[in-house]
Amino acid sequence: MDLDFSVVVGALPYLWTGFRYTVELTATAAAGGLFFGTLLALARLSSIRPLAWLAAGYVNLMRSIPLVLVIFWFFFLVPLILQAVTGAERPPQVGAERTALVTFVMFEAAFFCEIMRAGIQSIPKGQVHSAYALGLSYGQTMRLVVLPQAFRNMLPVLLTQTIVLFQDTSLVYVISATDFVGAAAKVAQRDSRLVEMYLFVATVYFVLCSALSTLVRQVQKRFAVTP
Amino acid sequence: MPMIEMHGVCKWYGDFQVLSECSTSVEKGDVVVVCGPSGSGKSTLIKTVNGLEPFQRGEVLVDGVSVGAKGTSLSRLRARVGMVFQHFELFPHLTVMDNLTLAQTRVLGRTREQAVAKGLQLLDRVGLRDQAAKHPGQLSGGQQQRVAIARALCMDPIVMLFDEPTSALDPEMVSEVLDVMVGLAREGMTMMVVTHEMGFARKVASRVIFMDEGTIVEDVAKDAFFGDPAQRSPRARQFLSKILAH
Repeated sequence: MDLDFSVVVGALPYLWTGFRYTVELTATAAAGGLFFGTLLALARLSSIRPLAWLAAGYVNLMRSIPLVLVIFWFFFLVPLILQAVTGAERPPQVGAERTALVTFVMFEAAFFCEIMRAGIQSIPKGQVHSAYALGLSYGQTMRLVVLPQAFRNMLPVLLTQTIVLFQDTSLVYVISATDFVGAAAKVAQRDSRLVEMYLFVATVYFVLCSALSTLVRQVQKRFAVTP
Repeated sequence: MPMIEMHGVCKWYGDFQVLSECSTSVEKGDVVVVCGPSGSGKSTLIKTVNGLEPFQRGEVLVDGVSVGAKGTSLSRLRARVGMVFQHFELFPHLTVMDNLTLAQTRVLGRTREQAVAKGLQLLDRVGLRDQAAKHPGQLSGGQQQRVAIARALCMDPIVMLFDEPTSALDPEMVSEVLDVMVGLAREGMTMMVVTHEMGFARKVASRVIFMDEGTIVEDVAKDAFFGDPAQRSPRARQFLSKILAH
């Protein structure tokens, strides 16, 4: 088999745009997922029953459907919903990239919710009591006392989830969004150099994810002994 | 008007009654020691004073404010009632100084400078001024509990509640915490203290409450409690003989 990696070099600028989108999608989905996931976790742990049920229902639904299906459904449904809301004649075009952003934030929120829920439950009840005893409100107690500690305890798991997310973003190829894998696939098809392109992409993923996993282990070691 | 008043307080966990018809009152400057066997409802009782333990029946008044009432702002009431816990419950992610200033700035609206000044003053008082920059995990149990007392005092409380403040400490650290509490009591702080430290009770208590199975069995002056065993209820006598045996 003759391999010609010069095709990769030539395609680097295009691959770079795809890679930037992958990173952007991962970062947005992680940040948004963490934000909404934390809110969902607080809702799941709320003493207001309907709120807890609603949050649990959402989380269980998202966690029981394959990500590919969620992406599909959003891609086809969001324009229809927007049409119904705005009353436009034709379904407005949202675009694959934006659909992917919204989908991933909503999907990751369900997973980050479960991580943050475990984190919040790992904080002894005495911490909440002592915060209340000082006159702090529920919101202040969560924001200033419970969530910072929960986040710290869960940091290794949150980072691991983000690594999985980084790999999962490649699924956006099903709606033809041009992420790193998508860009590589297009070049591979055009130049008939599938082996080289996919080898290159796999190597980049491997190196980055291994490096991130090492980072997670470092973080774990640093936070292993919590005072 | 008494500082704390309790009238017929009852609390159930499902079918199990943890408090039944508890009534007492604490005057300004009183130091009331609450003792009794474990599971007798002591901790639950003092946690009704700042609303950490809700109750189903009865009434608790702090400085005339009803704890369970609808219109009562619990956080405003709690800001005036200091509480010290068995397991210290300092916030481990914050420094000692940030532990002391958090509620001062967020609840009382003091400026950072005012809060730090107050914090230093109280750290001085508990003998830990040089530990302000450390995290709680770097301190011994006794030091952590003294910081916890300082943190509560930063709020200028009208009442201090202590829930077994020395039970989780190594024996050699008990006295450094009790010393601070004795000092507070002598200055006229109104205190409710759940403890088995009978030496502390003898030294500074004005009254002793003895609880068993959720009821207040004895509520008498200190001298009566320790002075005349024949007058005590059988359960209190049994309890005293056990903890004073050694």
